[in-house]
Amino acid sequence: MIYLDHNATTAVHPEVLKTMMPFLEAQYGNPTANHRFGRKARTAIEEAREQVALSVNAHPSQVIFTASGSEANNMIVHGVANSYPDTHFACSAIEHPCVSKPVESLKAKGMAMTKIPVNNQGEIQISDLSKAELNKISFLSCMAVNNETGVIQDLPKIVDVANEHNIQVHSDAVQALGKTRLDFDALGLAAMTISSHKIYGPQGVAALIVNRKIDLQPLILGGGQESGLRSGTENLAAIVGFGKACERARENVVLFNESLSQLQAYLEGELRKIGATIFGEKANRVANTTFFSIKGIDGVTLLTALDRVGFAVASGSACSSNNNEPSHVLLAMNVDEETALSALRVSLGLTTSLDDIKNFIGALKKEVERLKQLTAMAA
Amino acid sequence: MAYSNKVLDHYENPRNVGSLDKEDPNVGTGMVGAPACGDVMKLQIKVSDAGLIEDAKFKTYGCGSAIASSSLVTEWLKGKTIDEAAEIKNSAIAEELELPPVKIHCSVLAEDAIKAAVADLKSKKK
Amino acid sequence: MNNEQRKMPIYLDYSSTTPVDPRVAEKMIPFITEDFGNPASRSHAYGWNAEKAVENARKEVALLVNADPREIVWTSGATESNNLAIKGGSQFYSTKGKHIITCSTEHKAVIDAVREMERLGYEATYLTPEPNGLIDLDKFKAAIRPDTVLTTVMMVNNEIGVVQDIESIGNICRENNIIFHVDAAQATGKVNIDLEKLPVDLMSFSAHKTYGPKGIGALFVRRKPRIRIEAQMHGGGHERGMRSGTLATHQIVGMGEAFRLAREEMDKENERVCQLHQRLLKGLTEIEETYVNGDLDARVPHNLNVSFNFVEGESLIMAIKDIAVSSGSACTSASLEPSYVLRALGRSDELAHSSIRFSIGRFTQESDVDFTIELVKQKIGKLRELSPLWEMFKDGVDLEKVEWAEH
Repeated sequence: MIYLDHNATTAVHPEVLKTMMPFLEAQYGNPTANHRFGRKARTAIEEAREQVALSVNAHPSQVIFTASGSEANNMIVHGVANSYPDTHFACSAIEHPCVSKPVESLKAKGMAMTKIPVNNQGEIQISDLSKAELNKISFLSCMAVNNETGVIQDLPKIVDVANEHNIQVHSDAVQALGKTRLDFDALGLAAMTISSHKIYGPQGVAALIVNRKIDLQPLILGGGQESGLRSGTENLAAIVGFGKACERARENVVLFNESLSQLQAYLEGELRKIGATIFGEKANRVANTTFFSIKGIDGVTLLTALDRVGFAVASGSACSSNNNEPSHVLLAMNVDEETALSALRVSLGLTTSLDDIKNFIGALKKEVERLKQLTAMAA
Repeated sequence: MAYSNKVLDHYENPRNVGSLDKEDPNVGTGMVGAPACGDVMKLQIKVSDAGLIEDAKFKTYGCGSAIASSSLVTEWLKGKTIDEAAEIKNSAIAEELELPPVKIHCSVLAEDAIKAAVADLKSKKK
Repeated sequence: MNNEQRKMPIYLDYSSTTPVDPRVAEKMIPFITEDFGNPASRSHAYGWNAEKAVENARKEVALLVNADPREIVWTSGATESNNLAIKGGSQFYSTKGKHIITCSTEHKAVIDAVREMERLGYEATYLTPEPNGLIDLDKFKAAIRPDTVLTTVMMVNNEIGVVQDIESIGNICRENNIIFHVDAAQATGKVNIDLEKLPVDLMSFSAHKTYGPKGIGALFVRRKPRIRIEAQMHGGGHERGMRSGTLATHQIVGMGEAFRLAREEMDKENERVCQLHQRLLKGLTEIEETYVNGDLDARVPHNLNVSFNFVEGESLIMAIKDIAVSSGSACTSASLEPSYVLRALGRSDELAHSSIRFSIGRFTQESDVDFTIELVKQKIGKLRELSPLWEMFKDGVDLEKVEWAEH
């Protein structure tokens, strides 16, 4: 099986696993407990917090550990709306559901909201909004890299425009960490979400990086962990693994991009040869993601066929792959519904080789031919 | 709570634990603090006819810093006059034991205990 | 094993967190390294394998408490479960009313979630338990109002180990059409839970109190009669919309295995723990002026909470650093406040301060208990030697009547 779905989740890197193992096997206490076992656990968490902070140039005190990227995104949306009753929330049309759904649930309860459009390359167009519209907005959430297209958003520009209108900005950077350089401090963000299992760390842990100038009402209350912003016994082993994964991501981001961009160039060259459309082709994209469609072939049918012959790819984001709806990202990019339904996402990772790509292209060609014949027969 | 080695030493090996006869006219007793506050210190000094403190004893109900503070002052008190004893400041105790800010009140309590013992002695001498 | 060879300190803080059972860790690791798929990825085998493992674990969790696997919703832990149940339940049924009943000795996660609902315009009654830590059913009945929408009571108390009469409280809730949530984080693997019989609507579970990993828990949401909750986290629509967010497969697998082991080994383990408890209880109560906190019968044997009179709590913790224990709940031990649970039982500040929670578990040995008894006896003796209060007590002074120079 060749795994080409790294934007959904990644395998834990052996170095990360090695760091985690003692925390799964040996005796550690509850990190809030005031004895040796507890203190050892506490120290490990604080070291991981520093590693996480360093990877995005934030201060350790700005790192709030959560159980998932979804939770961190929910936390910022609900937290801001609860702390500031007059919030006018804006988010881009291509946000992950864990940003857009909580925003919509608050909208249903009366919160004002605005959707920021994207162009046909999937780039967020904050400048399309009028001054009057921008002046109404108080908080904006814009992802750093789109999970489906891999398009890198121009965050510095978005933040600049936002700042001119006193808008605080949160960025879901889950797909950006490890693939682009992230500098929380220089970007001037109010908050940012990053997640462990997208960067070869374990599942079950993520972080909200928060500039403490904004007030946040916590989503989960209780023992007062994470400076009271996120209660619940810390997920010790996973947090330690996340720290190590962040350290690796920071050290390897350049290398990662260099090796993957060559593979991507080859992959996309071959895809063009068979007439595929690559979404966001003209935009600045991360080196591991290619989102494409082959006219006349249903995406879900194709990926099921590919799975059978040993290739794991995705039709869109993992969370929506259980329903056969066209990608909301593609619709926002003005892609027609039929094309959107034929979309397939290939996301490369650390272990992907040129041979993997060659084999994938071979299998893809074969399956596409087979499906075309089937369709022709049915017609 | 990270305690300094000096606190740990006094806590593990408290000096001059015990009681003196509080009816003795040469013994001054100071008892400060309250159980509900988590600290009670009993400090006793015995002065010689020459007016020098020849013995000091303590008992303390309290945290490690409170025990160490009272143990330390019993060492300091011996050989001093009662006027010199009354000069001992909580800041000196805190500094010597490297008390963290949340534990400064222990040194304050020790200073109060000295003052109370001295006052008791003076009232007996009147 | 003599004391020199003993691994120091001895761990007697199982109520705070348990080590991951090696058998659990072994099951988890392949799901970190090999079967690492995202269980929500429905398009390839990596995702399917993960999903299969998740569903198997769900079955194991359900089996331990005799529920339907479809009634189990994964969360990041009992704290999140408690938040989801209390906020989500009272919000969904808010048309019935906005009054919540709980008990003042609940875990912080429950208390704080109820407080949050008060902030949102709900009213709450915090029942004071009897001195033995148990809720008086008549007092509970008296607190019920026509607009009471939800009651939340823990099964086993984390600090003092008492077991509440969940069945009776649940029956009263049913009669009054009140949603009943139970925090069972400290109960799994210690007491039998049969949700087919127990009149409970929502129940919170945690893995790391039952030899599973940290960072994973579950909420039982009854299907018959069907209970609904308002989601607190929105997104991909995981867990049938009740709780979004990528599931950590290896942690779920760990919780499933931990709960399977609990189901299979609970009876035998409890017998052993019970013997250790008796031994510890006997040893410690041989010390003069000690008080056991919480009812001695309606309790789990895993917990023994004792107050030692005339010694101060922090110095006591320092003195017994060769055993890892808690003074009060782990979540509050960073502060110097006396335990709010013990205060609610009517214990004085002094006795609350000098309380130690010994909690024993799967890997506790008889020799650990013996060592603990000896250590505590010796150190209490030493601290009392230092204590002016002990001296006064021995001299027959009534400490209640002393006028303290308040500081």
